Amino acid sequence: MSAPNDSFDPVEVTPLHPDEVARMREEALAAIEAAKDLAELKEVRLAHASDRSPLALANREIGALPPAARADAGKRVGGARRDVGQALKARQAVLEAERDERVLVEERVDVTLPWDRAPRGARHPLTTVAERMADIFVGMGFEVAEGPEVEAEWFNFDALNFLPDHPARTMQDTFFVESPDGGETGLVMRTHTSPVQVRALLSRELPVYVVAPGKTFRTDELDATHSPVFHQLEGLVVDRGITLAHLRGAIDAFVHGMFGEGLRTRFRASYFPFTEPSAEVDMECFACRGASVGNPEAPCRTCSSEGWIEIGGCGVVNPRVLTAAGVDPEVYSGWAFGLGIERTLMFAHGVRDMHDMVEGDVRFTSAFGSEN
Amino acid sequence: MRVPMSWLREYVALPSDVTARDLAAKLTLAGLEVETVDELGSDISGPVVVGRVLEIEELTGFKKPIRFCRVDVGPANGTGEPQEIVCGARNFGEGDLVVVSLPGAELAGGFRIGARKTYGRMSAGMICSAPELGLWEDPDGIIVLPEGFGEVGTDAIGPLGLREDVLDIAVTPDRGYALSMRGVARDVAALYGVDFRDPAAVETAEPTGGGHPAEVDPKVCDRYVLRGATGFDPQAPTPMWMRRRLHHSGVRPISLAVDVTNYVMLELGQPLHAWDRGRLRGALTVRPAAQGEKLETLDHVQRALDPDDIVIADQTGPVNIAGVMGGLSTEISLTTTEVLVEAGHFEAMHIARTSRRHQLSSESSRRFERGIDSAVQLAAATRAVELLAELGGATVEGAYTHVDQTTPRTPIRVGAAHAGAVAGVDYPEGTTEKWLRLLGCEVEADGDTLAVTPPTWRPDLTDPNDLAEEVIRLEGYENIPSVPPRAPAGRGLTASQRLRRAVGRTLAATGYNEVLSYPFVGERDLDGLQLEADDARRVSLRLANPLNDEEPLLRTTLLPGLFKALVRNVGRGFPDVALFEMGLVYRPKPGSTRAPLLPVDRGPSAEELRQIDAALPDQPRRVGAVLAGDVERAGWWGQGRRACWADAIQVARDIARVAGVELEVEADQHAPWHPGRCAALYTRVDGERVLVGHAGELHPRTVKAFSLPERSAAVEVDLDRMEGARAETVAPEVSTYPVATQDVALIVDEAVPAGAVGDALAAGAGDLLESVRLFDVYTGEQVGEGRKSVAFTLRFRAADRTLTAEESAAARDAAVAEAVERTGATPRA
Repeated sequence: MSAPNDSFDPVEVTPLHPDEVARMREEALAAIEAAKDLAELKEVRLAHASDRSPLALANREIGALPPAARADAGKRVGGARRDVGQALKARQAVLEAERDERVLVEERVDVTLPWDRAPRGARHPLTTVAERMADIFVGMGFEVAEGPEVEAEWFNFDALNFLPDHPARTMQDTFFVESPDGGETGLVMRTHTSPVQVRALLSRELPVYVVAPGKTFRTDELDATHSPVFHQLEGLVVDRGITLAHLRGAIDAFVHGMFGEGLRTRFRASYFPFTEPSAEVDMECFACRGASVGNPEAPCRTCSSEGWIEIGGCGVVNPRVLTAAGVDPEVYSGWAFGLGIERTLMFAHGVRDMHDMVEGDVRFTSAFGSEN
Repeated sequence: MRVPMSWLREYVALPSDVTARDLAAKLTLAGLEVETVDELGSDISGPVVVGRVLEIEELTGFKKPIRFCRVDVGPANGTGEPQEIVCGARNFGEGDLVVVSLPGAELAGGFRIGARKTYGRMSAGMICSAPELGLWEDPDGIIVLPEGFGEVGTDAIGPLGLREDVLDIAVTPDRGYALSMRGVARDVAALYGVDFRDPAAVETAEPTGGGHPAEVDPKVCDRYVLRGATGFDPQAPTPMWMRRRLHHSGVRPISLAVDVTNYVMLELGQPLHAWDRGRLRGALTVRPAAQGEKLETLDHVQRALDPDDIVIADQTGPVNIAGVMGGLSTEISLTTTEVLVEAGHFEAMHIARTSRRHQLSSESSRRFERGIDSAVQLAAATRAVELLAELGGATVEGAYTHVDQTTPRTPIRVGAAHAGAVAGVDYPEGTTEKWLRLLGCEVEADGDTLAVTPPTWRPDLTDPNDLAEEVIRLEGYENIPSVPPRAPAGRGLTASQRLRRAVGRTLAATGYNEVLSYPFVGERDLDGLQLEADDARRVSLRLANPLNDEEPLLRTTLLPGLFKALVRNVGRGFPDVALFEMGLVYRPKPGSTRAPLLPVDRGPSAEELRQIDAALPDQPRRVGAVLAGDVERAGWWGQGRRACWADAIQVARDIARVAGVELEVEADQHAPWHPGRCAALYTRVDGERVLVGHAGELHPRTVKAFSLPERSAAVEVDLDRMEGARAETVAPEVSTYPVATQDVALIVDEAVPAGAVGDALAAGAGDLLESVRLFDVYTGEQVGEGRKSVAFTLRFRAADRTLTAEESAAARDAAVAEAVERTGATPRA
């Protein structure tokens, strides 16, 4: 601001006059005392304690004094600034305390007011349950395989050892697919996720450890427990030296991961063309753990007091399937399973009616959120 | 298959303390799934006793004839006096033995018997009919017991066999043998390690001569037996024990001759046919039907036959569809005295096709389809004619027809340790031989290999694993240990699978609820979408057998299903609704041919797989969303905001963002969208623009056709294509130098899309540009008619220095110059 002062005339430096310094100090202290709130105090700080405040400007003039006068002036100005700084600090503390006590209280809002301007949506619980089921197997090292929903009959049936005239083939209640002009296509809506077994064997290097969740289709009318469109999780392992014991181990891991530790499982001999031997899989009822069996006092809705819940079918991959998929059954063996995703959801979350899963009512999906 | 326990025990020395429920549990684990255990008669309680009708007084003056009876029930009523009972039935006389339920008894269905006044008399009890006791339907009236049934006054519940536990077994398609008492009994005996008496061990003497002549085509039938019974009394009643067993087995008793064939079928698993021999003309032939042949079957349906059908023909033509249903003209009747019983082993495949084509599923066809014993025919026919003789006074003819064209089965070679290797269990030596022999297999050991010849009643046993299953199930599936699988390290989910999850979560987070609608649509839906006649989305695959004739097509777009779900929610009181679906649509490939049925004795070749692939439709994964009502609600904060075209487009932008793909938006006209509020959505792959979908407000005609709320908006994008545009992400350099912000306002012709102006600014701004964002659009007097002002914020930043005011101004000017050049914009003063 100023060029070197050669005149050394102290009287010309008015701001450093003792009276002037005292006045500036008094003015500042008065303003500080008068500040009613933190905002006003901020203004006061700018006016009286910033680089542009009168005391700061006065301080800069000290250099213009003759050396003998500098110490004295410095002491006066410094003292004034220190007093102002302390007063500011003290007033700041007072006003902050006052704010904490009064203003913040006055500013309170009703935090129970809603803010659902844009409500969240939800994923379908079948989607998230299918992911959860698959993830349990992914955790064991499995990968997730996929296949088409409109599938060639050969993949859906023949390659899986459903012979053309065998009752098992007609029992599947198949949707047959025609071309747009009504011609034969050799295609069906896949009746199960099992064709993915064959596709996985044809497209992947051995050994194969995969699960395949997906949509499946049968000509069942929609009712409380049936739907023409439903979902399965297929599992397939083909490796050397694979046994039913490994299948049971995988099923146990799934049941424990999905429904709870320590639940027992049970295999019942059954029949599927693409597995031999075959089994139905039951798990111990996770709700009553068998306590409802023969105990009419404490009936169980989950298992109808049976103690067991059927969760799917499984078995040793029929060597004929391996052959049709170009795998040497003399070297490799495997197992496969199919678990119902609707069933799993019904059990895991007490869904009672299939309609809820297909109608798309937002009340149903909303209850589940995006992950369950 | 319904299995009465008392019948089963005739063949199996089952310990008496084994209950029906115990057995059911054991059978279920071993592969014969017992669906229910019916405890028949458990609701009946006494006193139900044998009585003798002493006196009948006919009451008159009522709408129907009524009898007042005095019935001797011995000491059962406590007094020894005759019991007075009013009865409406008329099929009995004085002196007949009947079943009497006394007051205090409870009959089938919780029907309590008491003494009550009826038709002007006191009736103290009831003379019982069969249905009242939980037995068969009987139009005749009450049960008249045969003389000698039991002492008057003694309990009738036990001797009548009213209490019976019946197992209902759901037989899997491979276990045809279990559709017989014989087959179930053999498994039960093996499971309990007890003795089994084979009901098929019937003594059959050599024929005394040729029976009814028959010529049998070995291609359709490899064993054929005809046995005659003469002098049969067609009026002879079916004895009560047989009726009861048939009834408990779910078969309706009809007449003795028919009942006997059904009974033997249940017992041995061999379906039989009985002809009125007098109605047959000459020799029988067993052969494929000739094209054009016809037959009127027992159900009075005239059926056109096909060479896949096996027929039995006499000189006049077909008289039976073999194994499926008999012909009407040779049916056994109430005057038949000469009975010819047929037992054949017909080719399963033919029966299956016949049953399917004629939609005729019978007890007989079910058994043939699954495979029956190829050696039991003579025993079955003999058992039947002997029963006709015993119960119907007939004489069994010593001469009979037995055509045997069977070939012996080749043994299955299987390792002795195979079953253990399949199960993962170390079974003791000899385990396999033990069980297979119990099931009737012949087993010859040759070192570690077994040569196993399955019995004639197990055509399902063809492969080593079939034998393994038998061993493992008899050893007990419950004994298979649990060993964790040892998969090699997996690679986790694929990028595509992860993307789907992320898209689903994002849409849910932005307010959309996921639906999973059926992929079935109808022409009406396509019309409702306002699709032109040549629109590719009209080319859809169709179901040959749709559940709903109105919806025979497979969807080519997700929108109709979403629309219906939206309307459903609105109808249920949710006017503000946003839905999404992620799923496949089916787009037939032009000129595709029928998918081949490939061989199964080897893997398919690459060419064969290509043929199958060519026949399959494209099945891209789509994401669709639809929304209506308020997307932002009104509330104490102020007004809500209606869903609009922009929300729909934002869905696509959000998906692109999740995928890390640049989305280009352009105005388009595309059904079912509003022609002025429809965006085509593009990405770029190797610089080429790829259409990924459309979004915007729906056409008012579509809104009307689907009864949607007005101004509903929708989007549909192809996730597979979106995914195809993904590229490896290269991390940006994040500069820590300050940003320099420049706002520009440009006036352009109203027709110029704001997006084009933004693109031009971005293109002209050079490398220093960090972002460009439109923040205002203004139309009005100040900018003039037909013009609009679009205002953008440009943010500039350098990687290596603080930009000077001059630098950022120069970059801004370059951006504006490019916009002026491309869009004819003029900078707003």
